[in-house]
Amino acid sequence: MARHEVKSPIPGTFYRKPAPDQPPFAEIGQSVAKGDTVGLVEVMKTFHEVKADADGMIVGFPVADSDPVMAGQTIVELD
Amino acid sequence: MPVNVISAGIATTIQDMGRPGYYHLGIPIGGAMDRLALRTANLLVGNAEEAAGLECVFVGPELEFTEDATVAVCGAELPPKLDGDPRETWTAFAVKAGQVLSFDFLKAGARAYIAISGGINTPPMLGSRSTYAIGALGGVEGRAVQPGDSLPLGASVRAAKEGASVPAKLRRGPDNPAELRVLPGLYWHRITEEAQRDFFDDTWKVANEADRMGYRFQGGRKLAFVERDQPFGAGADPSNITDACYPYGSVQVPSGTEPIVLHRDAVSGGGYFMIGTVISADMDLIGQLQPHTPTRFVKVDMETALAARRDRARTMDAIRNALVAS
Repeated sequence: MARHEVKSPIPGTFYRKPAPDQPPFAEIGQSVAKGDTVGLVEVMKTFHEVKADADGMIVGFPVADSDPVMAGQTIVELD
Repeated sequence: MPVNVISAGIATTIQDMGRPGYYHLGIPIGGAMDRLALRTANLLVGNAEEAAGLECVFVGPELEFTEDATVAVCGAELPPKLDGDPRETWTAFAVKAGQVLSFDFLKAGARAYIAISGGINTPPMLGSRSTYAIGALGGVEGRAVQPGDSLPLGASVRAAKEGASVPAKLRRGPDNPAELRVLPGLYWHRITEEAQRDFFDDTWKVANEADRMGYRFQGGRKLAFVERDQPFGAGADPSNITDACYPYGSVQVPSGTEPIVLHRDAVSGGGYFMIGTVISADMDLIGQLQPHTPTRFVKVDMETALAARRDRARTMDAIRNALVAS
């Protein structure tokens, strides 16, 4: 299976959960479909959903929850 | 023949050099956050420097052209693509009717300016096409561009020279850490001598709350205030003052914790003390700072600020000479 990297289109702060008291959008081992939300990036007072741009199983989150991300940085690895 | 917006990015707005003259009524000057970048992009495509273009933040739009045009992208390193083929930033390139302009991931900076030969010809409001969304002024119906919009173009004033490019030494991007020069202001005396030193010694970083209205910074030490009985009209917090005018570039520090530099869409007044003002020569630079960028504030005097402004004007002259005179 080919690796696929989902990248953040914008710089900001990465969150894996829709809200602090809610479970993460997705976990390692989970299958996602193209278009599924896999995280949020906060910038300029707004939260932008990052969606999977391919189908696959999540094998890694190279960026931890609440960490800064750059535009083009991989935030989810799919297999 | 218009340019059609297929996708709009996250906050793509029409901007020119803004609408001076209404700040006393609470309407900010607005316009491109990085004015040098928009002026340069316009020069590259044969427009008047003040023509309206698109300001894109972090993410570029997808634009479909319905007539032949010349395009230039300056400011942030947001790589343009024409029908998927890469094009250079800071360089004029030809676009044919039917082609689609899109962008790759942002490499550096924060705001890219797209100039199109003829300039964007939406109706000016109060003398400017700049989008001030909070006041529903300018832009397309007072808002950022959206998919489905058709952007009308005006007429070129000069022939564009495809392949014309800005020499690398005249392109300006933020350093890391970024340095913003600040002239201490009227309320400088409100903080202790220690706080006056700390503010300039500490390395701050750009917060997520950073937009056209203001840029917030975090991570430095909390500023201590000189004790006083708050004057009539001032709030109870030591960072409060009796309401006053806020200059563009002024640095307020609510409760002494997170400095906010007001930018082109600034609010015109309020009740927070201002430590000083970022000098005009460094305002463009702020618009290119990404969230989390380490930033130092550098204390300068008026003489230095004026010299920096002259230096900046010379840079713009050098760009004009490189692109137009030949």
